[in-house]
Amino acid sequence: MTELRGRGIVPGVVEGEALVTHDAISGFGGIDVATGTVIEPRHELFGVCFTGKVLVFPGAKGSSGWSGFFQSTRLMGTAPAAMVFRVITTKAVLGAIVTRVPTVVEVTPNPLETIKTGDFVRVDGTTGIITILTPASGGGVSPNEKGPGAPHLD
Amino acid sequence: MKLTDEERGMRDGAEGEAVVAAMDLLIRYGEALGAERLVDTRNVAGTMTQPSPAKAKLVEEGGWARAYAVINLDCDREIEIPRMKVPTCQLQHGLGQDAAGLTAYPAQSIELQGSAENYFSERGVNILATCTPYQVGNLPVRGEHVAWMESSAVVYANSVLGARTNCEGSASTGAASLTGKIPYWGNHVPENRFATHVVRADVGIDTFQEWGMFGYFVGESVEEARPAVIGSLAQPDLADLKHFGAATATSGGVELFHMPGVTPEAPTLDAAFGGSAIPEPITYGPRERRWVYDMLNGQGTSTDVDFVLLGCPHASLDQVARIAQLLEGRRLHADTELWVMTPGALRTMADRNGYTRIITEAGGHVLTDSCPAMSKAAPPGTRVFATDSAKQAHYLPAILGIEAWFGTLDECIDAAVTGQWRGGLRA
Repeated sequence: MTELRGRGIVPGVVEGEALVTHDAISGFGGIDVATGTVIEPRHELFGVCFTGKVLVFPGAKGSSGWSGFFQSTRLMGTAPAAMVFRVITTKAVLGAIVTRVPTVVEVTPNPLETIKTGDFVRVDGTTGIITILTPASGGGVSPNEKGPGAPHLD
Repeated sequence: MKLTDEERGMRDGAEGEAVVAAMDLLIRYGEALGAERLVDTRNVAGTMTQPSPAKAKLVEEGGWARAYAVINLDCDREIEIPRMKVPTCQLQHGLGQDAAGLTAYPAQSIELQGSAENYFSERGVNILATCTPYQVGNLPVRGEHVAWMESSAVVYANSVLGARTNCEGSASTGAASLTGKIPYWGNHVPENRFATHVVRADVGIDTFQEWGMFGYFVGESVEEARPAVIGSLAQPDLADLKHFGAATATSGGVELFHMPGVTPEAPTLDAAFGGSAIPEPITYGPRERRWVYDMLNGQGTSTDVDFVLLGCPHASLDQVARIAQLLEGRRLHADTELWVMTPGALRTMADRNGYTRIITEAGGHVLTDSCPAMSKAAPPGTRVFATDSAKQAHYLPAILGIEAWFGTLDECIDAAVTGQWRGGLRA
């Protein structure tokens, strides 16, 4: 089991499948709150649903609607299960708080390199510890794999 | 986070339940950011009246107080919402009465927004209803701490006006309105305002379109960082900087840029860096300019234009005047719609000056409050739209699943009149 350490900013513990992207995520014009799906055409996760996943991403970009859009995913039942991100911005931090899902930031080693899509992980937003419980397909997965049903990559 | 006696009192109930909820959110938010304290503000630009399915449900459950508690304070308790403690304005929201019948945008949403306007006006919120509050009387001064959302307004306030704000959200502005407080973090702290990157234009940035394309490149290049932009820059006006900043905050997350000799915190390039070493510039030349143009125009194949959208961010009076001048005595193509988005206050001026009449007689509409991207609405049957805004060209195809053309104002007006896109990148 690999353990990563960071700073928890929204408390709570959750276990779930990781969804990792190296592209920053936009709220407004970037996600569809009704389906919990990334809709930005040039995004690595275009067409992919993050509902119930541990969303591992570099940070937030775009409009200040970011937090409101992720809050809407909570209200519509399409929210991710947890968030792990690199770049601390007001958009992403407030977004995590109002989405009310366990969130860890300032994680080492780099979660974007260490955690792979499909890994089954535990995120503890209280202690800031992330544990990779079961690596995806025995651990030999490319960083960008998105799992079954995912659309093409650019 | 260190709290003052006044702030501890507010947290503990000295100013009522809503303020308790607001302080609770601000403390959670400030601590998550790593802020050491809060700072006073007397200028909040947020959003409360914008309709959404989630909000409609909350209003049905417990009225606007419930919607404000959950969305603007992240609080599930039943609380009364008092008058805003500090001056607060509503930014852009959904389409208003003036757009009724022009799209499939639901009449119930217009009605819901009307009831929100009544509720929040009574609590002291100024319904400016624009993404550009700085165009209609909300003009913070240099050094002033404000709590704004709307990325294009935030970058304008920080960069062009020299005010200090982070890119806030519905909940943090909701809490700031009731407390006059916001975390002292990020752009509020002077040492965090110096430039981190240099982007140099080697091609002339001398038209509205060039400013938008350059901004789109800058945002793509520096992401959330703080660029100083130099090179072949003509003297920009308000509309140019509005377009440039909005584009930097669309392709990237720029909240503050410096333009030596133009923006107030950068009399020189050295000053923009606060005396630190100046990094090697990222260059914007013909190749990069072509890349941006192709990126913004890579979302269309059909040249049959159904819809032309101008005024993103909301048009200045000068922009509305130019549109009217180009349309004088002309008539839109039978299958093409034209919307010009502008703040309500400027629409009043456009009416008074006859610009609205000219645009309307040509078959276009001068609308307020919103935009197609915010309201997820365009004229029925729209498949291909054209715009002079890099921001709208970026967002609208993803939001509405339509094709986009990005060009100059002249090209957009030509498309509105002929129904054909005939634009191209000038040499």
